[in-house]
Amino acid sequence: MNSEFLIQIKELKASIDNKEILKGVSLEVKPGEIHAIMGPNGSGKSTLANVLTGREIAKVTHGTVVFEGKDLLGMSPEERAREGIFLSFQYPIEIPGVSMVNFMKTAINEQRKHRGLEPLSASDFLRLMREKKELVEIDSALTNRSVNEGFSGGEKKKNEIFQMAMLEPRLALLDETDSGLDIDALRIVANGVNKIRRPDTSVIVITHYQRLLDYIVPDFVHVMYDGRIVRSAGPELALELEERGYDWIRKEADVSEETWTTDRK
Amino acid sequence: MDYRPEVIKALTELWSGSYKTFLKDSPDIYNRYRAGAFDDFLRMGIPDRKNEAYKYTNLEKSFGYRYEKYYSPVPADFKEAEKFHCEVEDLDVWNMVLLNGFFPHGEEGLVMLPGGIWVGSMKAAAKQFPALVEKHYNKYASNENDGLVPLNTALASDGLFLYAPRKTSYTKPIQIVNLLHSDKDIFAQDRNLVIVEEGAQLSLLVCDHALSPQHYLTNTVTEVFVGQNARFEIIRVQNQHNNSGKITHTFIHQERDSYASSNNITLHGGLVRNATWHSLEGENSETHSYGLFFADKQQHVANFVKVDHAAPNCNSTQLFKGVLDDNSSGAFNGRIMVHQNAQKTNAYQSNNNIILSDTARMDTKPQLEIYADDVKCSHGATVGQLDEDALFYLRSRGIDEHEAKLMLMFGFAHDVIKNISIEALRDRIDNLVLQRLRGELSRCASCAIQCN
Repeated sequence: MNSEFLIQIKELKASIDNKEILKGVSLEVKPGEIHAIMGPNGSGKSTLANVLTGREIAKVTHGTVVFEGKDLLGMSPEERAREGIFLSFQYPIEIPGVSMVNFMKTAINEQRKHRGLEPLSASDFLRLMREKKELVEIDSALTNRSVNEGFSGGEKKKNEIFQMAMLEPRLALLDETDSGLDIDALRIVANGVNKIRRPDTSVIVITHYQRLLDYIVPDFVHVMYDGRIVRSAGPELALELEERGYDWIRKEADVSEETWTTDRK
Repeated sequence: MDYRPEVIKALTELWSGSYKTFLKDSPDIYNRYRAGAFDDFLRMGIPDRKNEAYKYTNLEKSFGYRYEKYYSPVPADFKEAEKFHCEVEDLDVWNMVLLNGFFPHGEEGLVMLPGGIWVGSMKAAAKQFPALVEKHYNKYASNENDGLVPLNTALASDGLFLYAPRKTSYTKPIQIVNLLHSDKDIFAQDRNLVIVEEGAQLSLLVCDHALSPQHYLTNTVTEVFVGQNARFEIIRVQNQHNNSGKITHTFIHQERDSYASSNNITLHGGLVRNATWHSLEGENSETHSYGLFFADKQQHVANFVKVDHAAPNCNSTQLFKGVLDDNSSGAFNGRIMVHQNAQKTNAYQSNNNIILSDTARMDTKPQLEIYADDVKCSHGATVGQLDEDALFYLRSRGIDEHEAKLMLMFGFAHDVIKNISIEALRDRIDNLVLQRLRGELSRCASCAIQCN
């Protein structure tokens, strides 16, 4: 049995508008591990996050994803969330007219229902909100507003982490959570993630840069290029990428691609 | 085939049959306009789709129906309405019932509310305040290209009179419950007059209900005078059924430094058309026109708005939203007219609609007519689906797709509801809208009359 893994991605291929974006991604994450996925723009990092959370933009054409022993790809986005998958959006959506309180209350209670628990009482819910707000240092005024409406870039990212704190996922996907943050906001957001994490919470950090990884230290670093993971190593790989850029990865990958194609012929 | 000659023939018979009754029962202040108005109606007819203002609204569904009687309730109907005249429990308002366009106690005099505001029937008003009524009655209703307004002037026999004398105010909203109840199919016409004098303040909540499943058609005209430095708010909650037709024409006349706001919330109705005319006649006044509707099955809901900037330094906003499902249809026709002397005008208009099915239809027609050169005006209209990104965002947090859609529609609607100034009423209407979206709406929860 593969019970040692929280999530197992095997040979995953996915297309957007008939264009193959993921060309066979395999990745295994154990409970409590932090994996970073780095890579140049357009390499398929965000598509991987979309496929894992059930966004229908990308169509899976091949491969399997097993999450805690269950077939993840057969589940709706909401089922995946209730099973414990959380995506911190690269671009959080503004939803005018839907209050943060109502949004979080509905989300928490749907999750509780899924686990066979009673809905939280109003006072317990408010206590939980207060607790988590302090944890991630988010301004109270923000959680009294409509979802992300009029929030600054940094506030939106903080709000993602606040939602993560409320929902306590098993696996958090952080999709460029560092983009658009100044160094102070980055520290608050990253520390928030660290405070929320329980020993068995796994995290997949998608980022271009090393700087977030100074705070959220990965166990493994993977480089994605052209729809594949072309290199995996320890945290030192992130430093190397920071120093050398992605060009050498590109060259290596293109060479091996050529060799591979030639070999096949 | 044109259905109208038949209907006009029936209305003409009704007119000649009831004219004598009017002369006997109805005050002269109202009677003196009737014959001329009926001629105007005959000249203009029932509006068809060649009329710009009715381009997207076909009245045949409502007007083409043969109603068995056109007005005048029988005492038995009044008795029935009495039952619904109960106390308000959780919404603090002062309320009054109109049955099929008539006051159950029409013969009694006007009532004075704390704060000095008078309320009662039009009949009683003509006796008690003849000079005042004469000064305002039929002065603001425009016959401009709409035969249904003079039809009301000719045939309406009663309605609501509301009078806030100079510097009076009443802290609670005044609620008028329009009940339609009869064992026959009826055509009702009520005529209302609201006078808010200098420095006075008034909030009016009008709830339209149909209590029995018969076919109904209501053609309502309401004239509102808002005096200098006065403040007036009207909120309409329309919750009728698929066999009912509701046509309203509301004319709001504003003097200088005044404030007015109109909010039409249409929850259910076979055919609904709300026309709201805002006339800014005095400098430095402000007016707001809001509307929100939900339509499904074969329902049709139309909003017509005209804001007339006839004086300088005035501000106006229009915000109308609609959610359409099944085979329903909707129309928005909004006009901003800025007259030559109305410099420093700020006028905004926005119309946004969500279509949930492939077969629903929305027509929207924003219009600006500007004859002054120093003004700020804008208008915009959208017709679209629910935002897929927002839907995914909610679902990615574990919220069921159906619930997520409801939350988005509610958010969309709340944008209009939030403009209601009375908090308790805002909450009740939010709640009503949620019930409407969940398909649970059997009665109007904001209504004091808990009808079933």
